[in-house]
Amino acid sequence: MAQMNMKEAIRDAMRVELKRDPNVLLFGEDVGKVGGVFRATEGLQAEFGEDRVFDTPLAESAIGGLAVGMGIQGFRPIAEIQFVGFIYEAMDQMFIQAARMRYRSGGRYNSPIVFRTPFGGGVKAAELHTDSLEGLAVQTPGIKVVIPSNPYDAKGLLISAIRDNDPVFFMEHLNLYHAFRTEVPEGEYTVEIGKANVVREGSDVTIIAYGLMVHTAVKAADELEKKGIKAEVIDLRSLVPLDIDTIVASIQKTNRAIVVQEAQKTSGVAAEVIAQINEKAILHLEAPVLRVAGPDTVYPFAQVEDAWLPTVARISAAVQKVLDF
Amino acid sequence: MSKVLSKLPYEVQTEPVTPLSVLSLDGEVVNPDEMPELTDDQLKEIMYRMVFTRTWDDRAVNLGRQGRLGFYAPVSGQEAAMIGSEYALNKDDFICPGYRDIPQLVWHGLPMYQAFLYSRGHQHGGQIPEDVHVLMPQIIIGAQILHATGVAMAFKKKNEKRVAITYTGDGGSSEGDFYEGMNFAGAFKLPVIYVVQNNGYAITTPYAKQTAAHSVAHKALAAGIKGVQVDGMDVLAVIKAVRDAAERGRNGEGATLIELLTYRYRAHSMADDTTKYRTKDEEAEWAPKDPLIRFGKYLESKGLWSEEDTTRVKEEAKATVNEQIKKAEAVEKMTVEGLIDSMFETTPQHLEEQKADFK
Repeated sequence: MAQMNMKEAIRDAMRVELKRDPNVLLFGEDVGKVGGVFRATEGLQAEFGEDRVFDTPLAESAIGGLAVGMGIQGFRPIAEIQFVGFIYEAMDQMFIQAARMRYRSGGRYNSPIVFRTPFGGGVKAAELHTDSLEGLAVQTPGIKVVIPSNPYDAKGLLISAIRDNDPVFFMEHLNLYHAFRTEVPEGEYTVEIGKANVVREGSDVTIIAYGLMVHTAVKAADELEKKGIKAEVIDLRSLVPLDIDTIVASIQKTNRAIVVQEAQKTSGVAAEVIAQINEKAILHLEAPVLRVAGPDTVYPFAQVEDAWLPTVARISAAVQKVLDF
Repeated sequence: MSKVLSKLPYEVQTEPVTPLSVLSLDGEVVNPDEMPELTDDQLKEIMYRMVFTRTWDDRAVNLGRQGRLGFYAPVSGQEAAMIGSEYALNKDDFICPGYRDIPQLVWHGLPMYQAFLYSRGHQHGGQIPEDVHVLMPQIIIGAQILHATGVAMAFKKKNEKRVAITYTGDGGSSEGDFYEGMNFAGAFKLPVIYVVQNNGYAITTPYAKQTAAHSVAHKALAAGIKGVQVDGMDVLAVIKAVRDAAERGRNGEGATLIELLTYRYRAHSMADDTTKYRTKDEEAEWAPKDPLIRFGKYLESKGLWSEEDTTRVKEEAKATVNEQIKKAEAVEKMTVEGLIDSMFETTPQHLEEQKADFK
C-alpha cells in the first residue's frame, strides 16, 4: 500500500475518478500545466489532456457557473476555487445556483459538482487565504460540506463527493496537505459522506472537531491522559450531513463534551453541534457543552495567527472546565 | 481636448453602430439582403405566436391582479425580441432565460401550465420535460449567463452541433457575471448567444444611467466575441441576427452578443408605476414601432394576414390561457415534506427528522 500525504491522496482521488468516468472534468485557475498553486492537481493535465483538465480565466463566479451549466448537461465537474477567501466571488453560483438546482427544477436537474477549495490557518498565508468559511456553506440548504483530516479519508471522501449527484463543498486544510503520510490504498475506495469517525476512544469527555483541529484535539487528549483524563475524540469528517448519532453515542458514554473549530465562535458549526446535542442528549450531560474557537474578529494577519487559533492549552482548559462543572 | 485625444494612435476607439432592421415602420422591406429565409407558413406562424403572446400577456396581467398568478413580468412590446429569437433556434438548442423570458420557454416546449405553476410558486413549474431544452427562469440577474456558458462548453466537449442562448436586460449587462460569461466564451470559443433585450430601463433606471458605452453590443469587443445591435421591434431582423449567431456557434466560430433594442409597454413587474419615470413623448415615439403592427403590415401586403386572423388568434389565446391556468390550479399543492425531499437525491437523516414537524 502506498504512503501518501493528504495532497497526494486528493490528487489520487481525482486521478482515479478522471480515469473511471469520462464525464468527470477538472478545472479552475492554474490547475492545468502547473498543477495548481499547491500542486494538488499536478500531472493530471499531462495524464488526461487539456480537454479534461483545464485552466480557466480568472473569475470565480464563472468557474462556479460553468460547473452548473456543465452539470445539467451530464458532466461531473470538479471546480477548484484557488483560495477559500475567493469563494465570496463564487457564492451565488455555489450556494444559490448549484445548491438549489434540484429544488428549483423539482428534481429534473441536479448539480453533480465538487467545489474544492484549500482553507485553514497556521500557515502564515496572505489575508483571505485561510479563513474557515465552512459555516457559510453549512447554512446553505442543498449542498454537502466535507472536511477531511487525513490522507485516507481525504481520498475516500473525495471519491464519494465526485460520485455524489448533489453538490459538495470540499474543503482541504492547507496545514494538512504535507503534514504527514499514511497508508492509502491504490485505486478505488470510498469513505461515506455523513459518517463521523471516533479517532480516539475515551470515557471522561468527548472532544468534537474536524480538519486540522482533530489533530490538535488528539494532542490535547494525549496531554490530558497524563493527568488521568480519558478523552474521546470525534472527527466529524462531514458537516452536512452531520453524524449526530455518533456524537450522541459518545456523550451517552462520557456525559461531557466540547466542540473545537478554527472558525470564529458565533453561530458556527460548533454552535450547531451543541444545539443538536441539546435536542438529542441533554439528559446525558453533566455539564454545558463548551466551544473552543477563534474569537469573533476577522481572521488575523500572520503575527497573531498562532495565538488566535485554538491551541492544545485552550482545549485542555475547556475540558478541565466541563469536568469541574 | 477630446479631439486631440481621439487622434492618439494608441487610444482604443469604438464607433457608434447602426442597428440592423429589415422592415420599415410601414412594414416595407428596406434591407432585402438581410431578409431571413422563411416560407409563407413560417411567416404566418411567427405572427400567430406574437399575437398569441400579446393576448396571453394581457390575460396574465389580469390573472395576476386576481391573485391567480404570483410574480409576473409583463412582456408586451418585446414580442419580436422574444418570439423571433426563439424561432431562430433549433429545438435541441438550450435556453437559459431571465425572469421575463417565459414566452421563449413556452414556445420552446415548456407546457404553459408549468409556466403558470412557476409563477404561482410551485416547484413542478421548473420540472422541465425531458425533451424540452430550457432552464427555469433565473432570478439573480446574470447568473443564467454563466449557466449558458457552461451548457455551451458541454455541447462543444460532446461535439454536438447545438447552441446555448441566454437572455438578460440592459441592467443585466452591468453585472460582473455578464462580462465573466462573455470572457469565458471568448477564451474557450463557445457556441453561445448572449441576448440583451435593451428595453431602456432596469426596473426604473434608464439606459443612460446604466452605462456610458456607445451600446451594449460594444461590450462584446472586450471579450473578443462578435457583437451586433439589432432593431428588436423588427422580428425579421431578430431572426436574421440569431440565426447568424447560431450558425456561427455551430460552425465553431464562437459566441455572439446580440443587443436587441426594444421597449416594454407595461411596468417592470406588477408593482411599479411607469408614469414616475417615463414620458408620454417617449411612449408615443415607440408606439409606431410596435412589432405586431409593423410585421402585420408586411404580412397584409403579401396577403398572408388580416384583421380576422388577429381576432381568431386572440380568441384562441384566451381559450388556451383559460384552460392552462385551470390546469395549473388543479395541480396538487406543494408540501413541506416534498420540499424537504427536493434538497438532496437521498434525504439525509436530519431532514427526515425535520419532516416530523410538518405532519
